[in-house]
Amino acid sequence: MSTPDLQAEQDRLNSGPAILETQYLTKIFGGLTAVDGVSFRVPERAIVSIIGPNGAGKTTFFNMLTGLYRPSLGSVIFDGKNVTMRRPDQITALGVARTFQNIRLFGTMSAIENVLVGQHSRLKATVFGSIIRTPRVRKEERKAEERAREVLGYVGVSARRHEDAASYLSYGDQRRVEIARALASDPKLLLLDEPTAGMNPQESEQLTQFMRKLRDDLNLSILLIEHDMKVVMGVSEQVTVLDHGEKIAEGEPQAVRHDPRVVEAYLGKQG
Amino acid sequence: MSTATASRPRGMNLPRKVGPFPLSTIVAALAIGFALILPWIFDSGGAFVNDATTALIYVVMALGLNIVVGFAGLLDLGYVAFFAIGAYTMGWFGSSFFSSADIHVGVAEFLQAQPGIHLNWLLILPIAALFTAFAGALLGFPTLRLRGDYIAIVTLAFGEIIGRIAINSDEGVFGFGHFNLTNGRTGINPVDKIDLPFIEPFRSLDLRPWYYTALALALIVVFVNFRLRDSRIGRAWIAIREDEVAAVSMGIPTVRVKLLAYAMGAAFGGMAGTFVGTFVGTVNADQFEFSFSIFVLAMIILGGLGSIWGVVLGALSLSFINTWLIPDVFNSVPSKIGLDFDLTELGFGIFGFLLVIMMVLRPQGLIPEKRHQAEFADVFDEPEQDTVVEARA
Repeated sequence: MSTPDLQAEQDRLNSGPAILETQYLTKIFGGLTAVDGVSFRVPERAIVSIIGPNGAGKTTFFNMLTGLYRPSLGSVIFDGKNVTMRRPDQITALGVARTFQNIRLFGTMSAIENVLVGQHSRLKATVFGSIIRTPRVRKEERKAEERAREVLGYVGVSARRHEDAASYLSYGDQRRVEIARALASDPKLLLLDEPTAGMNPQESEQLTQFMRKLRDDLNLSILLIEHDMKVVMGVSEQVTVLDHGEKIAEGEPQAVRHDPRVVEAYLGKQG
Repeated sequence: MSTATASRPRGMNLPRKVGPFPLSTIVAALAIGFALILPWIFDSGGAFVNDATTALIYVVMALGLNIVVGFAGLLDLGYVAFFAIGAYTMGWFGSSFFSSADIHVGVAEFLQAQPGIHLNWLLILPIAALFTAFAGALLGFPTLRLRGDYIAIVTLAFGEIIGRIAINSDEGVFGFGHFNLTNGRTGINPVDKIDLPFIEPFRSLDLRPWYYTALALALIVVFVNFRLRDSRIGRAWIAIREDEVAAVSMGIPTVRVKLLAYAMGAAFGGMAGTFVGTFVGTVNADQFEFSFSIFVLAMIILGGLGSIWGVVLGALSLSFINTWLIPDVFNSVPSKIGLDFDLTELGFGIFGFLLVIMMVLRPQGLIPEKRHQAEFADVFDEPEQDTVVEARA
């Protein structure tokens, strides 16, 4: 990418429409302010990273975005709609999907079934439709299964593993199935919570490539929490740094990297 | 097929096959076939057909509870409440209890002359299903924010509350008024017998029609359970059982889906209740004790939580042990060896012992849950490709 392109890209990110925006988002647990007035935006079709030392409030922030926690203050605007007090399943139905820091697959369900659960909000079968199994329900189920296999293939889970119970899959496949399950809900925004945790450098590199491919193929925005600086620097177009619940820096990866406050947060004050 | 195990889905058991059919299908077909001819083998008015009918109704109840506990993973210790509500619905709408009313729908001529509300059982069945489904959802509400043991305590209390209401509502409900709702321990008696179209009204001495009605009810409930389990709803239940946080994050509306599980489970309990009400011919408060909930729960744990055929087997075995094996077959054993007690007095002790033995030897139940075994069966017919190295993204 030549310099003018890069400039154009940055302009697009800064001025273009945002898929997600938070305003003064705050979460207080008793006496602890886990997230303190964080305002930020994820531009459409961008890959944005949130970094910060352990306990900085990154996962709490994620949990507010997906509705698992109710913010103490502030608001979350997704795709032009205020979703601050919505339930997690409603937010998912609007187009936010996520993975978890510690993989949370449905252990006794097969890879396929896990992905089918991901499609829940896109399927319409009712109780009576399911009992009678009307032609429409039959068709919907068949299509859902085809789609599940397609998504699993896309993330790179071998067809021979599709019927395996999730808890019996290899660690790498579990990560992949979790991404497939998230993708199955047709998200506009994908939240990845430490996707490269427990991966070796090659696997992390593959995942980095894969995130770009995802964005380009599916036209979605990706927000990730990540500790691996190589991944963060390699993939993100914008980095937000949290420390003690506060946003201490934001911007292009290279700029953030040399920000004195970021260096201080990670390495401590010098001199 | 010597290498069949190589591609076998891990974590799911390989279905055994006999000819073109999976073994489980053949066993199920044989069992249903035997069930169909059973009342022609045994005395149609005798104790065994009576016990078999009871066992089939337990199957209906156990499968209902299995939806709540086995599929959705919500430990319900108050299931007796729905059985009670179902039975009372039968009593209210199928007896002369409300003698000031005079409503008759689809009942035989001799009942037309009697006071009270007399509806055909086929009408009472859906009414009871609706009542209990509503009661189930009502019970569900306070448990929505709870997990595990706490759900068990709330549901236990609910079961007890319904039991108390049944005992004390012979003069006023919740202490208000003087309306007689349940007739307390005396109960509602006699309750109309089932009267299906095209055949004669059921009688007490010929148990065949009762037996077949119970069998039909049980088979319908088995069918509905299978259909629900293999649907979008069933997947949502199992997902909630496995990981509620992940489930809600994947777009499953947990409140609605849990309430649905409670309502469906309760409806089956209520339908079974109407049958017992008419089969026994009386509905009284002493039928609805806490031990009943535990008995049905023991059936599904013994059979295998979440496994439909397992639950059927668990319900049949415990019911037969309770109503036939202990009182009829082994009851005289202690006296024969010179001991002075009835085996029936040890009923609960024997159950407890059986459950402990089961938990030690086969904690997963008689037939453990093997989800989607049949659906995935064709995978095993594909040629082996053991040498193919897995493609990774």
